[in-house]
Amino acid sequence: MLAFLLRRVFGMVVVLAVVSFIVYLVFVKIPGGDPAQRIAGRTATQANIVAIRDKLSLDQPFYVQWYKMMQQLFTGKLISYTDQLSVVGQIWQGLPVTFSLSLGAAVIWLFFGVLVGVISAVTAGRLSDRLITVLALIGVSMPVFWLGIILRYGLAERNSLFPDGGYVALTSSPLQWFYHLLLPWVTLAVLFIGFYGRVLRSNILDTINEDYVRTARAKGLSARRVLIKHALRNSLIPIVTLFGLDFAAVLGGGAILTETVYDLHGVGFYARTAIGNLDLPPLMGVTLYGAFFIVFFSTLVDVVYAWLDPRIRVR
Amino acid sequence: MATSETGQDFTLDTAAELASEERGRGIEGKSPWFLAWRRLRRNWIGLGFLLIFVLIVAGCLLAPVYASHVSHQGVNDTNVGGTVTVNGKKIDVVSSGGVTVGANGQLTVKPGGVPIGPQWWHAGGRYVLGADSLGRDIATRILYGGENSLQVGIVSAAICAFVAIVLALLAGYYGGVLDWVITRFFDLIWAFPVILLGIALGTALAINGFHHFGINLSGSSLWIPTFVISYVYIPYLARPLRGQILSLRQTEFVEASVAQGASPLRIMFSELLPNIASSILVLFTLIVANTILTEAALSFLGAGVQPPNPSWGTLISAGQTTIVTAPWLSVAPGIAIVLTVLSLNAFGDALRDALDPRAKVRIEH
Repeated sequence: MLAFLLRRVFGMVVVLAVVSFIVYLVFVKIPGGDPAQRIAGRTATQANIVAIRDKLSLDQPFYVQWYKMMQQLFTGKLISYTDQLSVVGQIWQGLPVTFSLSLGAAVIWLFFGVLVGVISAVTAGRLSDRLITVLALIGVSMPVFWLGIILRYGLAERNSLFPDGGYVALTSSPLQWFYHLLLPWVTLAVLFIGFYGRVLRSNILDTINEDYVRTARAKGLSARRVLIKHALRNSLIPIVTLFGLDFAAVLGGGAILTETVYDLHGVGFYARTAIGNLDLPPLMGVTLYGAFFIVFFSTLVDVVYAWLDPRIRVR
Repeated sequence: MATSETGQDFTLDTAAELASEERGRGIEGKSPWFLAWRRLRRNWIGLGFLLIFVLIVAGCLLAPVYASHVSHQGVNDTNVGGTVTVNGKKIDVVSSGGVTVGANGQLTVKPGGVPIGPQWWHAGGRYVLGADSLGRDIATRILYGGENSLQVGIVSAAICAFVAIVLALLAGYYGGVLDWVITRFFDLIWAFPVILLGIALGTALAINGFHHFGINLSGSSLWIPTFVISYVYIPYLARPLRGQILSLRQTEFVEASVAQGASPLRIMFSELLPNIASSILVLFTLIVANTILTEAALSFLGAGVQPPNPSWGTLISAGQTTIVTAPWLSVAPGIAIVLTVLSLNAFGDALRDALDPRAKVRIEH
C-alpha cells in the first residue's frame, strides 16, 4: 500500500507540473501578440508592460518564463494589473463561498441523484420511471445559468420568497447562510441529479441481470434486500468515481455559472469578473487552482479504491 | 412481465425483448444497419425529437428570410423611437414613459425604456417574441444567434470527432508507447474543469486572436470558440472509442486481416472503423448537445462568441440586466437552447437503443 501511495503521489506531482506548463502555454504562448501587454490588461501603461516583462522574465527562454510564472503564483506575488490585488489572496477570499456552495449542492445532488436512479430502476417501464426519465433528460439539457436566472427571477425578484442573490457568511448567521444558498444549491444540483439518476438507473438494470443477483434471489432473499445489499452496492461504484471528479470540478471553479448568476463572490465569480476586464492573471490562478482540485481528487479516489480493493494496487 | 414473486419486477432487458421480437425469418439476411433503422423507425418519440432538431436548424438557416419577410427588421436594426401597429393600435416599441392623469384624477406613472413584450401574431409578424431595449426584434435575433450557436456546436463537435477518432485508432491499434502518450494527453485535458479550460483559452485568444502555423484568426472570429470547444471535448469522445478498439484489436477478424498482410492503415480504416461507427454516431449526437451547452455557457460569460455576433448565450446574458422589466429577453433564447439540446439528447438515446441495445457508450461529464 505504501509503495502504491508513493507512486500515486509522485504521479500527481508530475501531472501538476505538466498542468502548470499548459496553463503557461495557454496564457503566454498560444495567443497572438505581446504576452506582457495581454497580462497588463485593458488599462495597460508602458511602465506596467515593461515591469511585467521583467517580472515574468518574458525575454528569457520558455522554461525560465514558466518557472518565474509559477514562482510568482505560488508566492502570492502575481497580481491583477486591473485592481492591483494579489491573485492568490483573492482566490483565498473566495474559498468559503465556493466551498459552501459546492458542499451543499453536492449533498443535494448525491442524495436526490441516488434516490431518483433507484426509484426509476425499481419501477422500470412504469409511469414513474418514464416521468423521471423525461425530467432527468430535461435536467441535463438545461443550461445551468439560464435555470439560475429563471429561478432567481421567479422566486427572488418577483415574489421575494428567497433573498435576491448574495452571500451571508456561515459564521455571522447560519440561518441566513442556508436561506441565501438554497436557490444556488438547487440550481447547481439539477444537472447532476438528472445525470446521476440516468447513470445509476442503467447501472442497476445491468447489475440486476448478473448471476450473483440471481443466486441471491435463488437463496430466498427478498427482492428489496437483494436490491439494496447486492445490486445497489455494485451499481454505486461508478457513481463514487463520478462524484469524486464532479465534486472536484465544482470545487475548483466549475460552479462559475451559478456564482455569476447569484452574485456569490466565490472563486468562480472572481474568474467571471476577470473575463469581463480581459484580466489574465486571475484566470491563470483560477485555472491552475481548478486543475489542482481535480488532480488531487482523482488521486484521492484512486487511493480510496486501492484501499477498498487490494487488486487495484498491483496494477 | 414477471410478477414481483419472482423478483423480476425491476428488470428491463431491452436487448432480450428486442431479440425475442426479432427472432425468426424477419431479420434473416438483413444488415445490422437495416435492423437498427427498423428499430429506430418504430421509436416515434425519438424520431419526433429528431424532427424538432431539424426544424430548429432549418429555422435558424432561414433567419435572413424571416428578417426580410416576416419581421421586416435586420438582426442589428434598432427601433427606439418607432411604433408598431398591434390590432390596429399604434404602440411604442420602447416605451417613452411619463405620467398620465386618469379619469378619476389618479396619476399613473409609466416607466420609460421598457421594450414591447411578445406580440405573437398580433403585430403581423413583427415583434413576435418582443423587442429588446434598443427596439431590436428578439425573434430575429434568436434565429441569427441560433445560426451561430448551432454552427459553433456542430462544427466543433465534427472537428472533435475527427481528432478523437484518429487518436483513438492510433492508440488502440498500435498500443504501447503511443497509446501511453495519447492517453496521458487525454488525462491532461481531463485535469481541467471543462468550463475553466474553455474560459482560459477563449479569453486569452479573444484579446489578440491566434497567429501560429500560418493560421490567422482575429479575436472575434467564430473559429476561436469552435476550436476551443472541440479541444476540450476530445477525451470525452476518444476514451470510450479507444476502449472499444483495444478489445476489437484482439478479435479474430483483425488477426486474419493482419495475417493477410493488410497495412495498418487498411486495418484501421476498413476493419476497425466500421465496427465503431455505430458508437461514433451515438457519441457524436450526444457531444453536439454538450458543445451547444458549452458554447452557450462560454458566450454567457463573455469567453465564447464575441460581439457583434449574436449567440443564444450572449442573448441570455444581455437580457439578464433587464430581467425584471423584460424577462422574455432571457427566457426565449433559453427555451431555444433547452429544446435543441433536449431533442439531441433524446434522439441520441433513441439512436443508441436502435444501434446497439446493449451498448455501454455514454458521455461522462
